Amino acid sequence: MAVHQTYYVPAQSKWPIIATVGLGLTLFGVASILVQGRQGNSTTVPWAVFFAGALIMAYMLFGWFGNVIREGRAGLYSPQMDRTFRWGMSWFIFSEVMFFAAFFGALFYVRTFAVPWLGGEGDRGSSAMLWDGFRATWPLLENPDPARYPGPREVIGPWGLPLVNTLLLVSSSVTVTIAHHALKSGHRGRVKAWLGATILLGLGFITLQAFEYHHAYTELDLTLHSGIYGTTFFMLTGFHGAHVTLGSLMLIIMLVRVFRGHFTTEHHFAFEAASWYWHFVDVVWLGLFVFVYIL
Amino acid sequence: MSTVAQSHTEGYGHGPARGITRWLLTTNHKDIGTMYLVFSFTMFLLGGSMAMVIRAELFQPGLQIVQPEFFNQMTTMHGLIMVFGAVMPAFVGLANWMIPLMIGAPDMALPRMNNWSFWLLPCAFLILVSTLFMEGGAPNFGWTFYAPLSTTYGPPSTTFFIFAIHIMGISSIMGAINVIATILNLRAPGMTLMKMPLFVWTWLITAFLLLAVMPVLAGVVTMMLMDINFGTSFFDASGGGDPVLFQHVFWFFGHPEVYIMILPAFGAVSHIIPAFSRKPLFGYHSMVYAVVAIALLSFIVWAHHMFTVGVPLTGQIFFMYATMLIAVPTGVKVFNWVATMFRGSLTFEAPMLFAVAFVILFSIGGFSGLMLAIAPSDFQYHDTYFVVAHFHYVLVPGAIFGIFASAYFWLPKWTGHMYDEVLAKTHFWLSFIGMNMAFFPMHFLGLAGMPRRIPDYALQFADFNRVSSIGAFTFGATQLLFLFIVIKCVRGGAPAPAKPWEGAEGLEWTVPSPAPYHTFSTPPEVR
Amino acid sequence: MCVWARRTVALLVGLVTAMDASADWTVNLRPGATGISHDIFGLHMAILWICVAIGVVVFGVMFYAIVAHRKSRGHKPARFHENTTVEVLWTLIPSIILVIMVVPATATLMDIYDTSGADLDIRITGYQWKWRYQYVDDDFGYFSNLVTPQDQIHNRQTKNEHYLLEVDNPLVLPVGRKIRFLVTSNDVIHSWWVPDLGVKKDAIPGYINETWTRIDKPGLYRGQCAELCGKNHGFMPVVVKAVPAPEYAAWVSDQKAAAEQERLLTEKDWTLEELVARGEQVYQTTCAACHQPDGSGAPPAFPALNGSPVATGDANGHIEVVLNGRQGTAMQAFGKQLSEVDLAAVITYERNAWGNHTGDKVTPQDIVAYRKQHSSP
Repeated sequence: MAVHQTYYVPAQSKWPIIATVGLGLTLFGVASILVQGRQGNSTTVPWAVFFAGALIMAYMLFGWFGNVIREGRAGLYSPQMDRTFRWGMSWFIFSEVMFFAAFFGALFYVRTFAVPWLGGEGDRGSSAMLWDGFRATWPLLENPDPARYPGPREVIGPWGLPLVNTLLLVSSSVTVTIAHHALKSGHRGRVKAWLGATILLGLGFITLQAFEYHHAYTELDLTLHSGIYGTTFFMLTGFHGAHVTLGSLMLIIMLVRVFRGHFTTEHHFAFEAASWYWHFVDVVWLGLFVFVYIL
Repeated sequence: MSTVAQSHTEGYGHGPARGITRWLLTTNHKDIGTMYLVFSFTMFLLGGSMAMVIRAELFQPGLQIVQPEFFNQMTTMHGLIMVFGAVMPAFVGLANWMIPLMIGAPDMALPRMNNWSFWLLPCAFLILVSTLFMEGGAPNFGWTFYAPLSTTYGPPSTTFFIFAIHIMGISSIMGAINVIATILNLRAPGMTLMKMPLFVWTWLITAFLLLAVMPVLAGVVTMMLMDINFGTSFFDASGGGDPVLFQHVFWFFGHPEVYIMILPAFGAVSHIIPAFSRKPLFGYHSMVYAVVAIALLSFIVWAHHMFTVGVPLTGQIFFMYATMLIAVPTGVKVFNWVATMFRGSLTFEAPMLFAVAFVILFSIGGFSGLMLAIAPSDFQYHDTYFVVAHFHYVLVPGAIFGIFASAYFWLPKWTGHMYDEVLAKTHFWLSFIGMNMAFFPMHFLGLAGMPRRIPDYALQFADFNRVSSIGAFTFGATQLLFLFIVIKCVRGGAPAPAKPWEGAEGLEWTVPSPAPYHTFSTPPEVR
Repeated sequence: MCVWARRTVALLVGLVTAMDASADWTVNLRPGATGISHDIFGLHMAILWICVAIGVVVFGVMFYAIVAHRKSRGHKPARFHENTTVEVLWTLIPSIILVIMVVPATATLMDIYDTSGADLDIRITGYQWKWRYQYVDDDFGYFSNLVTPQDQIHNRQTKNEHYLLEVDNPLVLPVGRKIRFLVTSNDVIHSWWVPDLGVKKDAIPGYINETWTRIDKPGLYRGQCAELCGKNHGFMPVVVKAVPAPEYAAWVSDQKAAAEQERLLTEKDWTLEELVARGEQVYQTTCAACHQPDGSGAPPAFPALNGSPVATGDANGHIEVVLNGRQGTAMQAFGKQLSEVDLAAVITYERNAWGNHTGDKVTPQDIVAYRKQHSSP
């Protein structure tokens, strides 16, 4: 085992309790908005609670990360601390992978089991006698009960926007790696350029994705409500899109920090963590491209 | 294992802050551990009082105390509170207190995040418990919240329940990351993985399980949220979904979850039995491998909770075989504990009493688990009181007795005082009798055909239900005695030496009792 | 005061007699009445005895240690803590026992899953909170409701022998025939379970699960719903009446005749009194669990009917709610569950009971007319 320096144990901190209040208010607010909205009641107060919570969360994030950044730059963190951060980030990404796994699992299940069963194939094929005239296809354009869940008119093919988006994300993974190498070799100008390029590619992806959603909703009748195809399509791509947004935010903050002169050629774990996260959303996208769009 | 050359216990020069800020703002693993344990016991009493309502209603046939809607809310909340509020936080509390002491670390790896993990729990349970007072009542679909009863047919408060689960999940994931980083990165020099105390080992594996399955739980409640509020059709056949999909995703989380609730108890008992047998643990290596095997198997057995939903035959056979396999590593653990006691020099203080009861009664739960694994027989047992008996046998004398054993074992270290042995033994025997009286007759009820989660029952079930209720009241009331014992021990009692148990081993016994506010600021050397 | 005293006495007397009548300390599964249930019973006993044997050996050793190796007896601890041979042994022996156990279990499981070659198909549909049985081959079917009176459930009356396990229309099946069940649900997940048949199958909305039985001897076999399905999960029993084949054939032709009779009733001219009388019966079995026998409901989930705008306002609005239910609430669509006569009767009853004195008469023909008018073109 490595030689031990003193492991930095922070003194009391107000951030955890602020974060708790912030997160609690935010989520309580969201839940109230949904529940009151469904019952047709006024949602003014729930929205106020939500915004209060979100503001507290934003304050907390700036404060807490600011705290960590100051400690890091003050040299309080030993290499052992650095390893803690690495373990922490790796296993956080692992937990995210499992989060996506739940949704991918749902997609595989409905495609290999549920929809064929409803159409009369396989072990529970007798289910078909409940759904007269239903045919199992994928993409599922007509649902078992079309009155309840009107199916999409058409779905989005893989070789248009999705292919462009794939190219955007894959190349952004390359550019962020180039930026990382530049940081390690101390070429800060190049870091700014390549990191900036990565962010632009990420934002481009999000814009195209928004455009695709608009197209799906307005022209294809492909919505969250159009049965299991729309359900899995929007759940997976939407959840991924949220992660790309978060990843872009991380990268933007890294760019700001680079401009402010943070990071050395040796110590720049925050940058690495953000780039790990970025690679992770990239890999997830490849899975999406194959299983949601192509197959 | 863990012979200590030197132990540094000089502090940072500052003790705990005064007043409420000590607890709100703390970054100290001992404070946070204490808060977890106090929170857990509070939830234990709350969930327990709901169990008392359930048992009072079931005391005799007919509807007398509560109506069926409220009864269903009680069974649901009892399950959720006990699983997520009592058992899991208790083990996280023990982990917070003991892991740094056992591996010679100055604190948990990420102390501020540690505090956040804790404070999210009261926040989550505030939301969860508040649903009891909402229009339409609290969740009433059982702690397994099967769709579509919990989606299309759920009460409005379901959305709040979903966000409460999300917050608990965030708390557990951060807690697990902290445990893993602490164990992998903060061990004292010389403490290799295969020298780690078993409690640390079991918690390392538990933390991996948490990281793997809590996000899946988050995923399934997110799908519920979408089905309820945004018109998706994950669990609705008329849109091409499947209600059974819910069960697959839920139990992919749910089965590892039950090991999350028992593995740390395995670890703690593996310290207590050697200590009071005055003999080293038999088969340390096979104990570690057995825990790893159990954890891995837990990912491929989930559908044994779903034998009656119509899983295709091949799936049914696969899950039956995989489930039966779990008996092998679990058996190895039990045999090892018995072999540790064999030809030892045994004494039976309260921790040992609870630990021995743990081994025997948990095995009974294991046996009924093996019976449940036989898919054809499960068609008769499934969703009856036989299942209720089974999981209460693994959770009450398993997880809860494991927690009591740990608490008595380490109370002297935490408080600096010995607890009252006579009262503690009384607590044990009353708990032991009450628990068996409450849960053993449930086996008979299930075999005789009584379904679970019913507020009223046919007359042939009346007698055993009465016995069971009396046992449950005994067990419930006895837990107030535990509260008294702990308070008494915190406030005073015979001073505890650094190592109050003759046969105990490990770094935690090298620091004074009570453990100083900061320990191992410089790591000890382990040979 | 007097009422309370009487009730208390009745309750106590009821309790005591109930206890006496049913002092029942059954501790084991029943072997049941089918080949499968006997196979399951055999598996159950085998695994139980294996567990007992293992338990006796392992805990025998433990108790020996607890008694003999106490410190108080001056026992000095040994120092052994590893032995690869025993570790391997106690890994292998349980594995072998499991393999032995797996063989008969797999055989029984495959038997349970073999639904081919059935003589008769029955579709079983779970509803909140009753069962519907459809004789697919003979084209008739009916609902099966709990008949235990609310007074017994609320301890105002002595509970009878089959408390909570009695229904109005049991599922009638012939003995000695292979019967395939097609199990599904109309709303949430239920589970159709009769212990004596060794059959338990979840009823999944939108899907059909298959299972089967062949009953050996005639008799009444009772079971319950085995999957939490909401408020009245404890109040939807299953009763199977197994009869010899000739008796079954006679019963089937009676049922077909009765179905024809029902169609004639729709044509008949009903008086208000007749409709109210029939409607009260329908109400008590179908509606009272939620809306309460006196129409007071259990707000907010189950609104009161006495004085409600629906039950006292426009009759067509009332018909609409009863026939098609209310989306997003617990109110089901009863149009497919009840006959036109029963629909008309129950609506008439609701409009003329508990202070709802509309004097309206809704006839079966009105329902037929409403359906025609509102069916999609």
